[in-house]
Amino acid sequence: MRRFQKTLALSLATVMSVASLAGCGGSAAETATTAAAPAGTTAAATETTAAATSAEGSVLNIYVWNEEFRDRVVEFYPGYEKVDDATGKIGDVKVVWNTTPNKDNAYQNNLDETLLKQEKAAADDKIDIFLIEADYALKYVDSEYTMAVKDLGIADADIADQYQYTKDIVTDSNGVLKGLSWQACSAGLIYNRDAAKAVLGTDDPAEVQKAVADWKSFNETALKAQAKGYTMCSANDTYRVYSNNVSSPWVVDGKVVIDENIEAWVDDSKALVDAKAENSYDLWGDDWGKGKYEAGKVFCYFGPAWFFNFSLGVEDKASIAAAGKWGFVVGPQSYYWGGTWICGATGTDNPTLVSDIMKTMTTDKTVLKDIAVKKADCVNSKSVLADLASSSDGNVAILGGQNPYAVLAEGAEKVDMSNVSPYDQGCNEEFQNAMKNYFINQSTKEDAIALFKKKIVVKYPELKVE
Amino acid sequence: MSNSQNERDNKKVVRYNRWGYIFLAPFLITYCVFQLYPLISTVYNSFFENFRSGLKTIGPNWVGLDNYVKLIQDGDILKYAGNTFILWIIGFIPQILVSLLLGQWFSDVRLKLKASGFFKTVIYLPNLIMASAFSMLFFTLFADTGPINSLLVSMGVIDEPFSFFSSVIATRGLIGLMNFLMWFGNTTILLMAGIMGIDVSLFEAAEVDGANSWKRFTMITLPLLRPILIYVIITSLIGGIQMFDVPQILTDGAGTPMESTMTLIMFLNEHLYSKNYGMGGALSVILFIITGALSLIIYSFMYREPKKKKQAVAKQ
Repeated sequence: MRRFQKTLALSLATVMSVASLAGCGGSAAETATTAAAPAGTTAAATETTAAATSAEGSVLNIYVWNEEFRDRVVEFYPGYEKVDDATGKIGDVKVVWNTTPNKDNAYQNNLDETLLKQEKAAADDKIDIFLIEADYALKYVDSEYTMAVKDLGIADADIADQYQYTKDIVTDSNGVLKGLSWQACSAGLIYNRDAAKAVLGTDDPAEVQKAVADWKSFNETALKAQAKGYTMCSANDTYRVYSNNVSSPWVVDGKVVIDENIEAWVDDSKALVDAKAENSYDLWGDDWGKGKYEAGKVFCYFGPAWFFNFSLGVEDKASIAAAGKWGFVVGPQSYYWGGTWICGATGTDNPTLVSDIMKTMTTDKTVLKDIAVKKADCVNSKSVLADLASSSDGNVAILGGQNPYAVLAEGAEKVDMSNVSPYDQGCNEEFQNAMKNYFINQSTKEDAIALFKKKIVVKYPELKVE
Repeated sequence: MSNSQNERDNKKVVRYNRWGYIFLAPFLITYCVFQLYPLISTVYNSFFENFRSGLKTIGPNWVGLDNYVKLIQDGDILKYAGNTFILWIIGFIPQILVSLLLGQWFSDVRLKLKASGFFKTVIYLPNLIMASAFSMLFFTLFADTGPINSLLVSMGVIDEPFSFFSSVIATRGLIGLMNFLMWFGNTTILLMAGIMGIDVSLFEAAEVDGANSWKRFTMITLPLLRPILIYVIITSLIGGIQMFDVPQILTDGAGTPMESTMTLIMFLNEHLYSKNYGMGGALSVILFIITGALSLIIYSFMYREPKKKKQAVAKQ
């Protein structure tokens, strides 16, 4: 019996190892064939990049926090061959994706440490491309670790079709442009059509826009929604709309300044929260997410184009999004939310390839149109957006077939982001956290503001507060 | 003859000593590298201004005791220490009471509890869950639109959802409850071991003298359990001072409402955002001193008392 068990175990192990080896062989062959097809179709592009990069480094390191950019490069960059999720090939160059999630600042901590070691790193370990977000863009843009777009060989004429605000965010204190984005995340108010019918008697975007055209009418509509049993939205939803329309940056000459429009957010929100017309839920939490369903009784969310397909729970058949019952309007003020900027790292050993990726992904109109149609990104190209606005390609299912691109394009023109500071991320987070105490009646406005100032000095010890 | 034998013995002793050092070496080396060196460098760092602003490092500049002065002048450290103490005590009091009761029951031969092994395992289980996972669970359970609220509303206990995390008492209570749930099993097992170590003949003698179970508990079990109780209190206190994960996750690091659940270590964590080694170091040194002082106080307090009583008895 013993012997039989041993033999059985041995034979099973053999079968397993053979099977796994066979699996390896199969998948390798598969990748080879699938990789060959796109390489063949875009042979011309591959050849040019391969020729240009032959004298340069053999590894391209890209630092990202999620799969967003990777998916787009894999799908839309001509000549990219996928090896596995974390690696790929462009011509002879091996592409390595270094992914660190954003949570608890992990992405930036990792990026900082690696950038500080950039000079001493071996050529193949040097960061070539890294991505940044607007809230902390200046931290990297205003340092010597990021390359000027001009030095990468991308001329002003190449990027004339991009929206100005996307350039303002990544322009350093000397006026040098240091990053590019393929998205123009102008955003607006996404309303629940059934709620609009119940509260305003119509779900026509033009009529709804009249009811939320400025903050005064927005607040009145919120009270009306409350009377009908709806919550307008969370106070944290409207925060970005106010904070994008400030007249001075968060920090002036090393001193923290609270702008009038931010104060207006505090006062308006407090009144609405007290009247139970708004709640004070944190974004992305379960409580906040209840409004994605009819039973949640939420009138609207605020968000850009990526919000449609990624944040409204469209994959759940019971959601409002799946039924196509959202509508989109500009809302009280134009603003933007999110977006990812591509930066070339100083010291890269693949400048030509870096330049080509940045140029192709953010200026090539065929690529951008493809991204817009297949990924529902609001792309950073005036002409592509105009194109989409006038064609049925731009109709969005979750909006009941409404075409939001005209509104998005108009919003992107109006966004003014000249008032960014390197401290925006910490200031925005801490300000919302502190004010929540005021909204839930756990402190006075003065105490909440004092709390904010205290926290800011802990986060940024070099800043002064009054 | 006897002299030479002594010498030989001495040599043997010396040789054994050497082995002793070799066996101690792994611990000493690990201790020096991972405990002593960080400890000394923390103290050293606390005298410097040294933080990151964006990608630029500011410092290290020698500032003497400035970091300590700043921490004490701001006065927040007292508030956070108070929070930490409150959060610890509301978890610890029920924990020690329930553990004593359960420890007594489990170790009582007369009760003949069935399946006590099973229950011992069950009460220990919450300790195996990660504190962060546990607080995520509580966060979801007690959310405004969470299951606890909908249960209470549908049972008619309350008319509209109660916002647990907007109330100081509820938030602190939940943190205390979580710490209690996570640690009472562990304490029960420690106390049970202590109770089982007490000589059974003492209980039997007391019984013959007519002592009831309450008297047996207060006059025999508690006094003889003292060393274990001191151990439990000191370890729990040190754990309490280091309280971090539960309130951090439950309030997303903000210590809401209005910093009422902000503990000392959460404050330390805030300084790490700017990689502020100076302030972080100074705060750690203060924490080290507080922990040491509290442990000493409890230790001396708990050990001195019985001696006094003995002396009093002797004098009589």
